[in-house]
Amino acid sequence: MSNHPGSTAKSVRVKAKWLALLWLVPFAVFFVVFQVAPLVWVTINSLNSPEGWGLANFSKVFSSRFYMQAIKHSLEIAFWSSLIGMAVALLGSYSLRQVDSRLRDFVMAFSNMTSNFSGVPLAFAFIILLGFNGALTLLLIKIGLIESFNLYSKNGLIVLYTYFQIPLGVLLLYPAFDALREDWRESAALLGAGTWAFWRYIGLPVLTPALLGTFVILLANALGAYATVYYLTTGNFNVLPIRIAGLVSGDISLDPNLASALSMILVGLMAVITVAHQLLLKRSYHVAR
Amino acid sequence: MSRAEAKPAALYHRTVVWLLFAILLLPLAGTLLYSLSTSWSASILPDGLTFKWYVALWGDARFLNAFGQSLLVCFGALALSVVLILPLLFVVHYHFPKLDGLMNVLILLPFAVPPVVSSVGLLQLYGSGPLAMTGTPWILVGCYFTIALPFMYRAITNNLQAINLPDLMDAAHLLGASTWKAAFLVVLPNLRKGLMVSLFLSFSFLFGEFVFANMLVGTRYETLQVYLNNMKNSSGHFNSALVISYFFFVLIFTWAANRLNKDKS
Repeated sequence: MSNHPGSTAKSVRVKAKWLALLWLVPFAVFFVVFQVAPLVWVTINSLNSPEGWGLANFSKVFSSRFYMQAIKHSLEIAFWSSLIGMAVALLGSYSLRQVDSRLRDFVMAFSNMTSNFSGVPLAFAFIILLGFNGALTLLLIKIGLIESFNLYSKNGLIVLYTYFQIPLGVLLLYPAFDALREDWRESAALLGAGTWAFWRYIGLPVLTPALLGTFVILLANALGAYATVYYLTTGNFNVLPIRIAGLVSGDISLDPNLASALSMILVGLMAVITVAHQLLLKRSYHVAR
Repeated sequence: MSRAEAKPAALYHRTVVWLLFAILLLPLAGTLLYSLSTSWSASILPDGLTFKWYVALWGDARFLNAFGQSLLVCFGALALSVVLILPLLFVVHYHFPKLDGLMNVLILLPFAVPPVVSSVGLLQLYGSGPLAMTGTPWILVGCYFTIALPFMYRAITNNLQAINLPDLMDAAHLLGASTWKAAFLVVLPNLRKGLMVSLFLSFSFLFGEFVFANMLVGTRYETLQVYLNNMKNSSGHFNSALVISYFFFVLIFTWAANRLNKDKS
């Protein structure tokens, strides 16, 4: 079709435009089959139980100490690993901006690569390093910093999760420092503000939206994580993703409907966090756009 | 800031950056050392060094099989993604730019719904019936497409905006090219680098996918990650060699993406 000006050519072009929509059909089919349909199934069946349609699955979850513990563990691990991971990433990315470009590029590239070091291989590496007989555990005990370390506990998992939060935090926070101009620091210093005052009244408020956004993404990242904790504790540590998987692929007590209810709670938690983030963002006074 | 103050500050920043590097390096370095040691238990340093674990690993038929199957699934998923996403991007950005808003909402779904949640529905829907495919690599190819989608969509969108698609197409049309010809011979070559970068990076995270592979397929089509999980009770040194070999591949692909990215600017 050559594009001569004229009404026929124009109508051909309009027709071609609508025909082009046909190209979207294969994409839509695959997206529905592998993304939308499973989510719809989970949503509908979370309301289905042997007693019939209703909220029976949810009341079962909320009245069970076992499932409530899973939710609590998930939230605690996600919260602390996100907070510590973000703090490390914040200090790290600020310093990354201040060093010479060779060191910066090298460490940034390395950090991006380690963001793919997660899941089962990461859990394995941590067993070697920080397991009961791990090299680092033994070293830390020997120099008297710790008495013992249990990687397979809640605190152990927080350390492990923090590790995989750091590269993601650096990736998200590093560009945020663009908002903080270096001459502001000099101006503040001229007006008599010390380092502390600068960060308290200028630096952190300017970075707040980016920090909140990063925190939300890190929380979601940790809440949905499954492979690491599964490999580390062979599916024995009580967190939400482990419980969900256990109810559909375990050897005993299969209950896809209850798994659906737990899934909805997990997705719901993420939705609540995202909405809270939007509200906080609106209230924080420094919103550029 | 005077010079006397600047020096300790510079030293502080260098220290923080090196500390960050050390923290990130530690698990990898530990695993590397473990994979090279003859035996290492209940001591801070290993007893001796050897390559025998790598020799054993790369001579193990089950490992090579899992490795090949992982590659097949990842390449299959990436090929599917390109075939589905490129026309989508072209149609959205050239004909219906308003759909971009809708797409940006849709591609949030793979982020918002963790794989473990999708797996609940996938297992029930495709365990039997007309679309029975759990336990086969096909379901992984489909699921990996959804994982790669948000990333590839965003990366190539940025690229399309950079080359100014409508102007490029108008110019090609003016010179007598059909829409088809313009899309294939003008737009596609301009996207090649961005596409390669996003493919390399997608590969490096699909290669490490475990949740879908373990829950939907398991040992019936063992991928590398599932193999590593199933080898849990074998020698730690052997497994270390496996982890390092795996990460080496990821490293090559991320490095290639990095290089391509640098060439572009």
